[in-house]
Amino acid sequence: MSIGLGTARETAGAVRRGELTARQVVEEHLERIAVGDGEVHAFNLVLADEARAAADAVDHRVAAGEDPGPLAGVPVALKDNLCTRGVPTTCSSRILEGWRPPYDATVVERVAAAGGVVVGKTNLDEFAMGSSTENSAFGPTRNPRDFTRVPGGSSGGSAAAVAAGMAPLALGSDTGGSIRQPAALCGVVGVKPTYGVVSRYGLIAFASSLDQVGPFAATVADAALLLDVIAGHDPADSTSVPNPPAGLLAHLGDGIEGLRVGVVRELTEGVDPDVARRLQEAGDALAGAGAKVDEVSVPATIHGLPAYYLIAPAEASSNLARYDGVRYGLRVDGNDIGAMYGATRAAGFGPEVKRRIMLGTYALSAGYYDAYYGQAQRVRTLIIADFEAAYASFDVLVSPTSPTTAFPLGSKSENPLAMYLSDVCTIPSNLAGHPAMSVPFGTGDDGLPVGVQVMAPSLGEPVMFRVAAALEKAAPA
Amino acid sequence: MSEQVGPSGEGLGPRRAYETAPGGDGPPAFGEEPGLGPRRAYETVVGLEVHCELRTATKLFCACRNAFGDDPNTNVCPVCLGLPGSLPVLNARAVELAMRIGEALHCEVRRSIFHRKNYFYPDMPKDYQVSQYDEPINVDGWLELPDGSRVGIERAHLEEDTGSNRHVGGDGRIHNADYSLVDYNRAGVPLVEIVSRPDIRSAEQARAYVSELRAILVAIGASDGKMEEGSLRVDANVSVRPAGSDQLGTRCEVKNLNSLRSLGRAIDHEAARQWELLQAGERVVQETRHWNEAQGRTVSGRSKEEAYDYRYFPEPDLVPVDPGEAWRDEVRRALPMLPAARRERLARAAGLSPAGVATVVELDLDTLVLAAISAGADGRRAVNRAANEVAADLDGARRLDPAAFTKLLLLEDAGKLTATQAKQVLAEMLASGGDPEELAAARGFKAMEAAEVAAQVDALIAAHPGEWERFRGGDAKVTGFFVGKVMKATQGKADGRAVTALLQERAELS
Ligand SMILES: [Zn+2]
Repeated sequence: MSIGLGTARETAGAVRRGELTARQVVEEHLERIAVGDGEVHAFNLVLADEARAAADAVDHRVAAGEDPGPLAGVPVALKDNLCTRGVPTTCSSRILEGWRPPYDATVVERVAAAGGVVVGKTNLDEFAMGSSTENSAFGPTRNPRDFTRVPGGSSGGSAAAVAAGMAPLALGSDTGGSIRQPAALCGVVGVKPTYGVVSRYGLIAFASSLDQVGPFAATVADAALLLDVIAGHDPADSTSVPNPPAGLLAHLGDGIEGLRVGVVRELTEGVDPDVARRLQEAGDALAGAGAKVDEVSVPATIHGLPAYYLIAPAEASSNLARYDGVRYGLRVDGNDIGAMYGATRAAGFGPEVKRRIMLGTYALSAGYYDAYYGQAQRVRTLIIADFEAAYASFDVLVSPTSPTTAFPLGSKSENPLAMYLSDVCTIPSNLAGHPAMSVPFGTGDDGLPVGVQVMAPSLGEPVMFRVAAALEKAAPA
Repeated sequence: MSEQVGPSGEGLGPRRAYETAPGGDGPPAFGEEPGLGPRRAYETVVGLEVHCELRTATKLFCACRNAFGDDPNTNVCPVCLGLPGSLPVLNARAVELAMRIGEALHCEVRRSIFHRKNYFYPDMPKDYQVSQYDEPINVDGWLELPDGSRVGIERAHLEEDTGSNRHVGGDGRIHNADYSLVDYNRAGVPLVEIVSRPDIRSAEQARAYVSELRAILVAIGASDGKMEEGSLRVDANVSVRPAGSDQLGTRCEVKNLNSLRSLGRAIDHEAARQWELLQAGERVVQETRHWNEAQGRTVSGRSKEEAYDYRYFPEPDLVPVDPGEAWRDEVRRALPMLPAARRERLARAAGLSPAGVATVVELDLDTLVLAAISAGADGRRAVNRAANEVAADLDGARRLDPAAFTKLLLLEDAGKLTATQAKQVLAEMLASGGDPEELAAARGFKAMEAAEVAAQVDALIAAHPGEWERFRGGDAKVTGFFVGKVMKATQGKADGRAVTALLQERAELS
């Protein structure tokens, strides 16, 4: 059985009008997963029965003359660090073995309330720590464009699921680039919203002050559709902003005539030449569409990487303390409580997670706090100030999303520092709390996708999406 | 001069060979300890940390019930269990109660932030405690004790409580237990930790501080004040120094003080232990010590290798709390009159000292007494009846009609009831209510007319000339003889004081 499917927006429209059943849509995608996921391994868990039931419920609502919502019948894949009631949520870690959350994340509730159909939980670097999805306790995900390459990470499973057509939409989380970098490497659209625009309630924390949930989609419009659904104030998240931007979809076609676009010099230096060429073309295309494009310096962004690798591990060392074998997940017994803690955490966490817990513990230690964590927070303040200065003259900023195209599996897994550099362009937006997204823009010399990153000031999603739509329109075939 | 005391303090036996008393005047507080003489060679320095569970309906960061004594793990949810993905939302009522505490303790109430205090323990669901660190909500206040002394308040900050453990098997401590049970009902209950400055100089003053603080916390609705249920928990930082020194000695933090009695005993014993160490040429090791009520001593708590580095850092899941001037004003205005002011008010009305009316205020009987005084009752008598007879039946006191209480006092003031009769009538009023005049009449109580009493007195003087001579010669002991005789003759209807006055009058005239 095969049905012709367009974008998520078209699919939802067809389901709402009764031209297509949600059940048909879901069966089609379950079929694609069955065929393709053996090779790709985008999913940790496929929720076939649950998805069919959810689809049938959508169809019943349509039959009853009700409107199931803007995501009617559209399959959505969830990164496996988003809590799903009664369904295993693993963070791709052995330490959460057997745990089933008693509640849904706010974003999961919002997707369901909009008629979306959750088809499965996608693979990630353990606890979202990584840039290749190789740090998963359940094995790596492969890039659907080239099975020898990584999909990026940490939301590699979600990016790959969308790139392979196994789900039209997916949710990921982005702490230092974990949505945008895999989106770039897999050739899809990925958005990190302004910090606080999307609720973090039910997102299993990596680094709380940086984490943000966001959408993956094949098109900019579909990404806007999903962000419109998940954005919104949530009283359960104290860091949720009171009035997040809404109605992104409505303004996508407004054009970019007269917008001022800055190409960030510091984030363009040191990237692969083919990636730099694509960025140049992107700038030209935006200028061709009526924007004023100039180079701009945002000096403090060069300190983003070291600051990030102090702040994120510091918060992670605290956030991951609760995995101690006492209440849920893995427990490895020991002679006393200390031995149990040690044995449980030694067996439950992979090497990258342990590395970051140790880094973070050290950075917060008495006598080192000010030199490491304190200094990193001061850098963060500087980055925000430098961005603010740039936004005085520019509406949006652009850069490459990733310095390289998708790299071969295993090529960086023995070299953490090289891996960390994958996020050099994406980290500054997390530190500033600003929105940023990756839009596919042609390919590199290796024929693999290149992503262009569009950044905007706090709550600047509307203008960011307009520029992204213009880039999408001008992108080389 | 003393028993050998090991470095961990384990050798502190029951025998006290040192020659000094804990700071403070008067007799030693604990009579079972021989050798506690009045001489003071050292001064005890105490700072107290009081953890106050706030009387909110729900916990600090979630909507679970804040209740004591429910079945284990029934008041829990993803947030207070620290389940992955859950996030805290600050309880505004807890902030308000913390602000009340700050205002009541004359603190600066200000913008604050939360920190995470990181350490592993099974009763802490997240393995960090959300607390306030270098930017607490209340700083720099003071508390005035009934004796007029002031104790500085360094800070009073908000934090979440932990769950509670029960270690089964072994010696009841975690490391040797067969297994442990954890109840998370208490996890996330709002606490305010009130940290005093090291201004306290004796066990007695420490007890007075806690009891005054408790009265304030109850008065402002912040706490139920139940030390025995753990809703008020006290840790004492104790050090000693030679009398007259102004240097602070090395302190030990004494935990597990579940009552005012434990607090007083623990401070005295810990101070004595430290002084003994110093006298023996040893050093006090800064450490946590646990008070063992049964053994009457403190024992070393954590060993050195367990010293924690809490790795405090700002809690990223919460935003700063800035109450703002308007809310602060509102809280300040809504504060009830505090015990110190109430003592002052009653003392002025009754013509007594604030310390003299402390019990009445502590028992919440001051409104009753003030009403009587303003209706013309004698202040001292009103205070005494309240502090003694009414205090003996606090259940009855809640039912006691203030007008009836006033009427009773006025009867007694007017000499229409003797003290003995008034006490009996009051006891009945407390037990079952009623009008004092009717109750007195029903019992056949009727104070004797003055002339009748005078006649009795004169008759007795005439009948007992020997005793009368002794009385006139200044032998006060025979006063009782005459008063007793008059009472017997009148079946207690005479007023003892009136009889004494008459006797004196007759002696002066003769
Ligand atoms: Zn709760």
